[in-house]
Amino acid sequence: MPDFDFAQPTSLNEALELFAADGEVRALVGGTDIVDQLKTGRRNADMVVDLKRIPELQRLEIEADGLHIGAARSLTDIAEFPVVLSDYKGLADSSVLVGSWQIQNRAGIGGNVCNAAPSGDTIPALLSHETSAIVASSSGRREIALSDFFAGPGQTVLQKDEILVELVLPPIPDDSASSYLRFIPRNEMDIAVVGAGSFLHLGSDGAVQKARIALASVAPTPVRARAAEGVLEGNVLSDELIETAAVAAVEAATPISDVRGSAEYRRELVKVLTRRTLGISRDRIVG
Amino acid sequence: MKHISITVNGDQHELLVEANWTLLETLRDHLRLTGTKEGCSNGNCGACTVMVNGRTANSCLVLAAEMDGNEITTIEGIASQGKLNPVQEAFIKDGALQCGFCTPGFIISATALLQRNPDPSEEEIRTRLAGNLCRCTGYDKIVMAVEDAAAMLRT
Repeated sequence: MPDFDFAQPTSLNEALELFAADGEVRALVGGTDIVDQLKTGRRNADMVVDLKRIPELQRLEIEADGLHIGAARSLTDIAEFPVVLSDYKGLADSSVLVGSWQIQNRAGIGGNVCNAAPSGDTIPALLSHETSAIVASSSGRREIALSDFFAGPGQTVLQKDEILVELVLPPIPDDSASSYLRFIPRNEMDIAVVGAGSFLHLGSDGAVQKARIALASVAPTPVRARAAEGVLEGNVLSDELIETAAVAAVEAATPISDVRGSAEYRRELVKVLTRRTLGISRDRIVG
Repeated sequence: MKHISITVNGDQHELLVEANWTLLETLRDHLRLTGTKEGCSNGNCGACTVMVNGRTANSCLVLAAEMDGNEITTIEGIASQGKLNPVQEAFIKDGALQCGFCTPGFIISATALLQRNPDPSEEEIRTRLAGNLCRCTGYDKIVMAVEDAAAMLRT
């Protein structure tokens, strides 16, 4: 591995000062992406800043405005958190799909988000829950809708001096549920050929009050399938409506052909996985 | 160099480490604990699995500098007072290895699994061990050994 300096701040202010310095400063939480990227030269660093010991970045709690998850909190902790298991099931689904158990024990959710892989498994689940990213720099804080957070493969809108502090998932209403699933040709330990997450909220008349669908590995960034959401909202949920939405979801996909699958295959997978995630979310509401 | 204080298999160590040393190379090359193996070096194969504060990790993707104050368990710390742990016994009894290179990592992962759930289903065993690759056995004997170790632990 190339040489770099290392710091382990215990407060956010201390960390923000480090990120305000010149040179390439890289955040490390679990290290499961960045250490490999440093070893192979896919990213470089003059300084690596371990953010795990900043209490604010380890938050995992429910507040009036929703679920707060610190950027350094491990995927294992998130997947085992009771409120995630009951109310944010799509996030629980996706957290146990990232790498292996060893990876989930170390990897922080902020790392999965900021690594900004088009295939990042937690991202569609977070997008379907309309997650906000709370970002800080030495000059202040800002809130960014996660749907505006990604700029391209491996790229986010974070400025050089900014840190992702936490993610906030709004409270969920009754009669709502989420799910995430992906297709890989193996059982475990692979990168999504396509991933699809959904959130559904049904009214008492059976009509869809809100639908959110997000896709992985079909565009330069994870994307919302807004046309499919529009197909669902205001209409009574049925198998036929889900099928129509699944077809509409393909409009959001601009996939490439690569070793994991052709563009045509991925478009077909978008249809199949959107249908399935909507079915799972519906079943979870009905119970 | 950064000073770290870590506990490895119950022993306290004060070390000076470079920022770019992995935990794996620190264990193997500086503490001479060579039971932990280097396979892929990128978090896929699990040969380098150790426990950090009771949780499994790929030591090839952990920086030693991150570890100050942490407790690490390697394969050398799994047996206690000269007595193999039930996972080790079961791996021997069931012949759950051939070349043996992946075995330390499997034993660490299986031990962590049984600490969390003393009666895992076959599916849970296979899922929790998915981050450990074995190119010899075809996995069936490994799964069988973990089931046998679980039975030993429950009696």
